[in-house]
Amino acid sequence: MYAILRKARLAPNVKLFDVYAPAVAAKSRPGNFVIIRIHEKGERFPITIADADPDKGSITLIFAEVGKSSKQLGRLGEGDSILNLSGPLGNATKIEKYGDILCVGGGVMVGALIYQMRALKGAGNRITAIVGARSEEHLIMLEEAKSASDELHIATDDGSEGHEGIDFLADILKQKRFDHVFTIGPMSMQRAVSELTRPYQTPTTVNLFPIMVDGTGMCGSCRVTVGGETKFSCVHGPDFDGHKVDYDELISRMRFYNPNEKIAMILFDGR
Amino acid sequence: MRVMAAKKPQVEMPKQDVKERIHNFEEVALGYSEDHALGEAARCLSCPKPQCIKGCPVEVPITEFIKLVKEKKFEEAAKKIKEKNALPAICGRVCPQEEQCQKLCVLGIRGEPVSIGRLERFAADWERENVDPKAKRFKQTGGRVAVVGSGPAGLTVAADLAKLGHRVTMFESLHTAGGVLMYGIPQFRLPKEIVQAEVEYVKSLGVDLKIDSTVGKITTISELLGGGYDAVFVGSGAGLPNFMYIPGENLKGVYSANEFLIRTNLMKAYKFPEYDTPIRVGKKVGVIGAGNVAMDSARCALRLGAERSYIIYRRGMEEMPARKEEVENAKEEGVEFMLLTNPTRFIGNKRGFLEKAECLKMRLSEPDQSGRRRPEPMEGSEFMVEIDTAVVAIGQSPNPIIQQTTEGLQTTRHGTIVVDEETTQTAIPGVYAGGDVVSGAATVISAMGAGKKAAKAIHEYIMAKKARAMKPSKNSRRGS
Repeated sequence: MYAILRKARLAPNVKLFDVYAPAVAAKSRPGNFVIIRIHEKGERFPITIADADPDKGSITLIFAEVGKSSKQLGRLGEGDSILNLSGPLGNATKIEKYGDILCVGGGVMVGALIYQMRALKGAGNRITAIVGARSEEHLIMLEEAKSASDELHIATDDGSEGHEGIDFLADILKQKRFDHVFTIGPMSMQRAVSELTRPYQTPTTVNLFPIMVDGTGMCGSCRVTVGGETKFSCVHGPDFDGHKVDYDELISRMRFYNPNEKIAMILFDGR
Repeated sequence: MRVMAAKKPQVEMPKQDVKERIHNFEEVALGYSEDHALGEAARCLSCPKPQCIKGCPVEVPITEFIKLVKEKKFEEAAKKIKEKNALPAICGRVCPQEEQCQKLCVLGIRGEPVSIGRLERFAADWERENVDPKAKRFKQTGGRVAVVGSGPAGLTVAADLAKLGHRVTMFESLHTAGGVLMYGIPQFRLPKEIVQAEVEYVKSLGVDLKIDSTVGKITTISELLGGGYDAVFVGSGAGLPNFMYIPGENLKGVYSANEFLIRTNLMKAYKFPEYDTPIRVGKKVGVIGAGNVAMDSARCALRLGAERSYIIYRRGMEEMPARKEEVENAKEEGVEFMLLTNPTRFIGNKRGFLEKAECLKMRLSEPDQSGRRRPEPMEGSEFMVEIDTAVVAIGQSPNPIIQQTTEGLQTTRHGTIVVDEETTQTAIPGVYAGGDVVSGAATVISAMGAGKKAAKAIHEYIMAKKARAMKPSKNSRRGS
């Protein structure tokens, strides 16, 4: 059992938990994820780690309440516990001195982006950051993003705050050559960023989170085609070369269980 | 009397009616009653020099436990088995006895061998149902052992070492112990409650279980060795599914057998939406492969609502690696066999869902030097099989996490860990390995056999280490 030490609401349907898991916290690095299971009949699903505090023995999880399991998770409060939590899984993001880098994060993954940026900044990189969300009220952790970067741009899908959409990135890329780009967030956003950096051949690292069950290489549910080869996101990733990922296949596979999720949601909300 | 016994056939074990069972996940084989067991036990000749035991990788005292069954001492019979085998209710169900102990039974020369597996199952089930388990304590040696993985190999090592007085901690990556016994073998062949009861037995010997703990991630082998453990046993299994790497394999509707079975068995997707994990099974399911995992998948598919369930296999009936009994059960249940057939690509619709598989007809070559007949494609024999779900069951490779995160471990190009055959020690002193991670995907009982061997070697290693520490020699530089 893993106790929830702190709960915060960051945006509509977006929650933050600090969870007590000292052994995981001690080993957690940016890019890692955990697999959790909330109760005996629950499913196993991955959440990217958004921060870790080895001294307090806690890790930070930020998630959007979009399906039955994430809604159930969101209903837990401080003092409640998560039944199972396994991690830190996946390979950590490669932190080194790249030079001038661009970090683009969206939605709930802004937390995970900041975790990456702090480590990258610690390694001596100059960071231009873009954080985005659907609309102004969905933007999270702007203060943290600001302090973890050297230059911060904000974008929303509807233009209610900052730039409208991601197109302005094209202008930034025209003006400046980056040594490396990191992006984490909705798959459509990671794809768009990768497409924009492709003409400049700027190395672009994406962080994928397809459907997973065990998270340790056993099920193959998370397989993704990268550079024409089948890879398992859990043990070969979750970081991959964004210019080589087959996004059509990935996005299609991520929707496989949508009908089942709908059934689960109807039964859940009806209860 | 003896002649009579030999001529009598085995006492059949009742099975759930096939019409019923294809609609549920309840156990197919129902087990012996007391009368059945007494009848079957009476067939055993109690050979003074029993051959059967030579066929058992964990050396169960077969004739001795059957004698106790004859005497209606069922609890004692179970305890006799447990002297050597911590998981008798599991082995009684899933061991290929026909290839092991029963193959060597003298009754088998002229008739049917004693059904040792069914008697083992009976004794274990009787004990579980009638005797309250008691925690046992053994005289402690002070030795500490970490066991990585709680599947058949890990459970065996843990039980044997606990009985020898070592403090054992088992690290399990998933949320429940049992490894392949929980995630792989279906409920209708091995009920999960029985696996958990045998895990509880191992824990009752003093073994500590840490779930949610992927060694290589949350801790490493070198950290375990540096953190007070005298030895480590790696039994992390063959968890990485193999694919064919043919076009269309990532279409929606194509599963690895591992995913199909993990969702179904471990996560109980057959109870969705009561359980949260979903599974999608179409009308026509094609399972590629013909081992036990393939049979399990094809039979699960029927129970999950498939109208047709095919085994698609590139060799013939004779060459199928699955147990005969499982092939028979699958046939009875309506699984269809497409033999000498090999898929070359999967074809999907515009929305990325599997619709059909293109297959080639195969023929078997003349036996090569090793006597094996290789399947060869027949040119121009392409044909389409309409399937909307495919399950790729062509084998598993060792899980790579331990190998990736343990410096100094020697591995083969197949990813298996290299060990000394006698001691199961790896290239790192104090680190032992066994089961599928060493042999590649094999059987429950062979993993248990490796576990037994490892436990013996680990015990000797620790006792020698302790003896050295007790009597510091001139060369000894430290006290522990």
